[in-house]
Amino acid sequence: MSTLQISIYRYNPETDSVPYMQEFQLDTQGRDIMVLNALEMIKQQDSSMAYRRSCREGVCGSDGMNMNGKNGLACVTPLSEVVKDNKLVLRPLPGLPVIRDLVVDMGVFYKQYESIQPYLQNDTTEPTMERLQSPEEREKLDGLYECILCACCSTACPSFWWNPDKFVGPAGLLQAYRFLADSRDTATRERLERLEDPFSLFRCRGIMNCVAVCPKGLNPTRAIGKIREMLLSNAT
Amino acid sequence: MVTNITNLGRSGLSDWLIQRVSAIILAVYAVFMVLYLLFHPGLDYATWSGLFSQTWMRIFSLLAFISIAAHAWVGLWTVSTDYLKQAGARFAFQAVVMLAIFVFLVWGVQVLWGA
Repeated sequence: MSTLQISIYRYNPETDSVPYMQEFQLDTQGRDIMVLNALEMIKQQDSSMAYRRSCREGVCGSDGMNMNGKNGLACVTPLSEVVKDNKLVLRPLPGLPVIRDLVVDMGVFYKQYESIQPYLQNDTTEPTMERLQSPEEREKLDGLYECILCACCSTACPSFWWNPDKFVGPAGLLQAYRFLADSRDTATRERLERLEDPFSLFRCRGIMNCVAVCPKGLNPTRAIGKIREMLLSNAT
Repeated sequence: MVTNITNLGRSGLSDWLIQRVSAIILAVYAVFMVLYLLFHPGLDYATWSGLFSQTWMRIFSLLAFISIAAHAWVGLWTVSTDYLKQAGARFAFQAVVMLAIFVFLVWGVQVLWGA
């Protein structure tokens, strides 16, 4: 009963012409371990298995993957949450090019993140100490700054699948709003102008896959709605 | 910022607004039509023709036609840019959609004022 059937997407571009699914049996001894722990036990069986991991506690965002059809972080997802009928299917994050096994090329994801200029811009004279915020102003960044860029949301988004080069994606847009909402940032107008075209922001159809998968419980759809409100109130 | 030339408004914001406003107009028109048909169970040609001979109904209908034209264009333009990755095929699809919308719109005007 405690033997778990795990099916894992394998692809090594140097030896495989096409990707394939490899079956593994894993004795969890009845314990409800995390998916990452299971992967590590499998790596004992087959050391050629490639995946990314680092902090193993949902902080670094390295081990985003598709577990039984749903994106999430393997390190903070217990088997009991995803395993159905004693079976677990692990695939790389959908929509991004696979480098090897569960490792994807996040280049296009980072390029979109870069496009929203994720840093504070302020053209006023620098104060001697620091730019202060009231507690209320600081509160506006809650639910935005916590993003760890694991890409679970953007790779769960069909709009991002179809146009990853044009649509910024939920992760990038959440960060776009993080800087639009920041009282210390003065580049609001330029930021909004860059998002006004039919793709960058407006390719969002509001299906909320991003909200459903975010391992940090964040809400990119709400942030996108807020940016749209800002665009509307700035428009004539 | 993504450059667009086939999108008429060249702006995601205006597309978004057009889509919302036209949807509201179409919803009102649809509800009106359903209610009208419910309240006229034994509808005959004279009553139906009488409804459309009134100026307000022609204006209301034309507004709905223009809304459906705009709504269809924004929607299908979006679909084509999602799924048709080959530029030639996408442009051909958009041209066919545009032509169809134009024909239906002119035809609609002729039906409304022609009778």
